[in-house]
Amino acid sequence: MAFILIVGAGRVGSSVARSMLAAGHEVSVLDEDPLSHERLDAGQPSSWEDSGGRFTIGAAIERDALVEAGIEQADVFLATTDGDNTNLTIAQIAQKMFGVESVLVRVMDPARAEWYEAQGLQTICPTHFAICEFQQRLERVTGAA
Amino acid sequence: MYAIIVGGGKVGLNLARELLDAGTEVALIEQRRDRYLTIESEFAHVVQYGDGTELWVLERAGIQRADFVIAVTGDDEDNILISQIAREKYLVERIVARVNNPRNRQYFELLDIRPAFSATDLILRLIEHEVPQQGLIHLLDLPEDHLEIIEIEVEAGAPADGCTVQDLDMPDGSLVISVLRESGGFVPQADTVIHAGDEVLICLDPGLESTVTPLFTT
Repeated sequence: MAFILIVGAGRVGSSVARSMLAAGHEVSVLDEDPLSHERLDAGQPSSWEDSGGRFTIGAAIERDALVEAGIEQADVFLATTDGDNTNLTIAQIAQKMFGVESVLVRVMDPARAEWYEAQGLQTICPTHFAICEFQQRLERVTGAA
Repeated sequence: MYAIIVGGGKVGLNLARELLDAGTEVALIEQRRDRYLTIESEFAHVVQYGDGTELWVLERAGIQRADFVIAVTGDDEDNILISQIAREKYLVERIVARVNNPRNRQYFELLDIRPAFSATDLILRLIEHEVPQQGLIHLLDLPEDHLEIIEIEVEAGAPADGCTVQDLDMPDGSLVISVLRESGGFVPQADTVIHAGDEVLICLDPGLESTVTPLFTT
């Protein structure tokens, strides 16, 4: 069982949080918007906390908020806020200031994702996936014609 | 010299104006459309529209030949990214970054982004100078150059009160460089006697402050 800290409870962050909790991991979520908590509860038989999840309200870049959310104990850190630069900054904070072993960061811009990947961060670029998927499907469509 | 300024707010705008007056070649990058249009009426081709954290925007501005990249947006994460990319990807030699929230200064230091300046810190420093805490003022802090200069007012009954400079038990790496008293400031000799009420300027290695201060205070 791993302790996973997820910063940013949007569509991606909250879905991953729920599936990781269901898989038996310890999951803590940090988001600055108190209402984002609803995404963690949506469609679930019991509330996020009743299911064993943790939720902290605070800014992603605030050291105190990160500590409160458990960054010092985290084995895995996921940066999934809606800001690329915020994600890239907090990922480096997790890595270099708190020594989190495994850090994954969502970056929408393929150029920044590629460069930071080369610098040693594990980046996930949804835009890149979309582009590849479109290209593959278009090849199938145009190839068949 | 070519300087790229990212962020066309009050800081970036006035900086661009001053640098242009001084004959520096400047590009100013602003991502807000409305602000860009306002600035463009004054600066014309100097200002470029775009997100200065996008690599192609920086490349379009000619970051490869920039001597200076100055990140002064209102967002600390943006300033961190711009500085990091400028230095490490485009090998720009000189960076200046603005810290909006002093609490984020630790992250600039963590990622080795210097110099990073914060208006809040500067104002706090000025307040400290006007209203000193425990009679100690930081006059200069250059951590990179391993140098610090402080000013202390000598309290009556402190070890230094009535003591000559040479008999003062100053730790290695610290030196009294100036004494200010009513008659004016002067560079002390080994046999200069320090009195209560004097203000002494001390040059010291960072970290020695807590050893030096007790010699002048009670």
